[in-house]
Amino acid sequence: MNETDKIIEVRHLSKSFSGKKVLEDINLYIRRGEFLTLLGPSGCGKTTMLRMIAGFLQPDEGSILLEGKELAGTPPHLRPLNTVFQRYALFPHLDVYDNIAFGLKLKKTPQEEIDKRVRRVLKLVSMSDYEDRDVETLSGGQQQRIAIARAIVNQPKVLLLDEPLAALDLKMRKDMQIELKEMHKKLGITFIYVTHDQEEALTLSDTIVVMNEGRIQQIGTPTDIYNEPVNSFVADFIGESNILNGTMIRDRKVSFIGHDFDCVDEGFGEDNPVDVVVRPEDIYFVDKEKAQFSAKVKSCVFKGVHYEMFVDTDTGNELMIQDYDAFQPGTEVWLRIEPDDIQVMRKERTQNTFDGEVIDNETVRFLGGDFKCDASAYSSGDKVKVEVPFDKVDLLDNEEEGESYGNVIFILYKGDHYHLTIATPEGEKVWVDTNDIWDKNDQVGIHILPEDIHLRKAEGNE
Amino acid sequence: MSKRSSWALPYFIFLVLFVVMPLVLIVVYSFQDASGHFTFSNITKFFTDKDSLSTFALSIEVAIENTALCILIGYPAAYILADKSLNRSAVTVVLFIMPMWVNALMRTLATAELFNMAGITLGKGTLLFGMCYDYLPFMIYPIYNVLNKMDKSYAEAAEDLGAKPFEVFTKVTFPLSMPGVASGILMVFMPTVSTFAISEFLTNNKIKLFGTIIQENINNSMWNYGAALSLIMLIIIAITTVLQGKDNSEAAAGGAI
Repeated sequence: MNETDKIIEVRHLSKSFSGKKVLEDINLYIRRGEFLTLLGPSGCGKTTMLRMIAGFLQPDEGSILLEGKELAGTPPHLRPLNTVFQRYALFPHLDVYDNIAFGLKLKKTPQEEIDKRVRRVLKLVSMSDYEDRDVETLSGGQQQRIAIARAIVNQPKVLLLDEPLAALDLKMRKDMQIELKEMHKKLGITFIYVTHDQEEALTLSDTIVVMNEGRIQQIGTPTDIYNEPVNSFVADFIGESNILNGTMIRDRKVSFIGHDFDCVDEGFGEDNPVDVVVRPEDIYFVDKEKAQFSAKVKSCVFKGVHYEMFVDTDTGNELMIQDYDAFQPGTEVWLRIEPDDIQVMRKERTQNTFDGEVIDNETVRFLGGDFKCDASAYSSGDKVKVEVPFDKVDLLDNEEEGESYGNVIFILYKGDHYHLTIATPEGEKVWVDTNDIWDKNDQVGIHILPEDIHLRKAEGNE
Repeated sequence: MSKRSSWALPYFIFLVLFVVMPLVLIVVYSFQDASGHFTFSNITKFFTDKDSLSTFALSIEVAIENTALCILIGYPAAYILADKSLNRSAVTVVLFIMPMWVNALMRTLATAELFNMAGITLGKGTLLFGMCYDYLPFMIYPIYNVLNKMDKSYAEAAEDLGAKPFEVFTKVTFPLSMPGVASGILMVFMPTVSTFAISEFLTNNKIKLFGTIIQENINNSMWNYGAALSLIMLIIIAITTVLQGKDNSEAAAGGAI
């Protein structure tokens, strides 16, 4: 790609707040004129990144380049970027005209020029004749337009938008999405847009950057990200999906929910565990002779355009299906999934691995707790790797009863069980497969039976 | 009278006895001569008496000077207190307010004593010092309150639009903190006009303020003239309050300690 096409480049960017990593080694470039969206759940670091580009925060490590020039050290008022703030931040002591003219007046722009440009942007945001209005008398949507006008009147090289539509109601939000998209086309300015709303991201963006826990998960066009999520987080966050455990039998053949399916994926090896994503609209109701498997409808809800059904397959897995036809609960149905619609993803991990230290013959310390297990092959003080399968970690209601404890931070339903991510107070992560239902942010005790703890000598230490 | 509104009865009686009655009495006394006959002479006496008028002018002058001094010292203090990067603890705020826990009269006497010890002649300088010392917290707190609650994104938006740090202050932070300043003025200016103890102790009665002549008249049993002077001061205070504008009632409420 041509270097001059990159308007912003982010290299090895890291940031911590009071010891907690918020962004970790972010690498990214933004093309001139592009509509790029930073998408992720709250706390994923997307707003932090935007604020660093705007200059309100300084990176701990790494650099941000604007047209090839380092931005660090340039205070916000000297950066040729403008921001649309989440709560608009319109100056309540100024009227609409003075709010928009604020930046131009600071640059000592001639009065006629200011008049002309203010009128032009007001027209662009469909707010002509509102010049003299007090900003506090405007509705949320109108304030939003003025906030956008105030930013673009300065003709920034890049417009930064921090969840600008989050405070609007649904109908208003949809209208503004279309207007923003048109504005972007008309202005030709690069937009960097931050949102946690996946639908908004899919509607607006040329490129989506999916972020989670301070890392980029996937960068791609909306279609790429929807159709070919790279991991279960992206699949779960973007749209509805069935995420299932599977086994790659060989190239173009995958087994999940107890059946073998043809697929289009290659290069995952033979008999390797994989994650499989099937979108609910890609499971078809067919005649018995064309079907790959059967299922019983459990529930059926009308969602406006389609029906959303949950079915139990003949092998006891739960699937979500969206279809224009409704099948009543209790109906026996025949289902088919086309090879194209099966997305196979490499498993990010197959078991928990922790760093531990042998305390005595039958005790190992890891995750900040002392666990009982057979450590007779090691002497006390040895550093070891501790391996625990996902389904061998017990979660307890009472955090005091476990050897260690943590918070449920992510829940993924995989057809017949839940895959949970637990974070311990020290920030270590434990992955757990369970049939029990937990809620996000639950405090849980962590208990592991001695026979389920496998020790391995840690390599390359003293 | 419903059951619940009857709970207000003690307060109602209190208000009538200690607020409404005295006000009515002030008005009545103002328009009576010593023998109880209706007259305007008390009012006309004030407007024709050179001494009273010049005392009044001096009181206003001192009050304006004191208020200006309080803003000059109080605004930066409030700004520093409200800035999280300059002041990380609430203790400093308490330290600024703590002098108010000591009786004002006691503080004033102590200040006068300090000046005597240091051999500084009492006069207008010491008067202003004492007033400023007494009333500064009333200026700092409302301004601090407004600055502390101000959405940080206003300053960020200004910076984002190209304002240098000083311009952020003059064009956004300061104008937005005006309600705090206004309520600070309200809480400093009016009490200063009517003060008499501070001028008595800190100038050895060399400088007489409006409050002083009211007190002298009442002390010398010239109740009618004293009442008329009080009435005039009340009216002036009422006018300033109205002129202060209606929109800062919120800040004034927030400024109460």
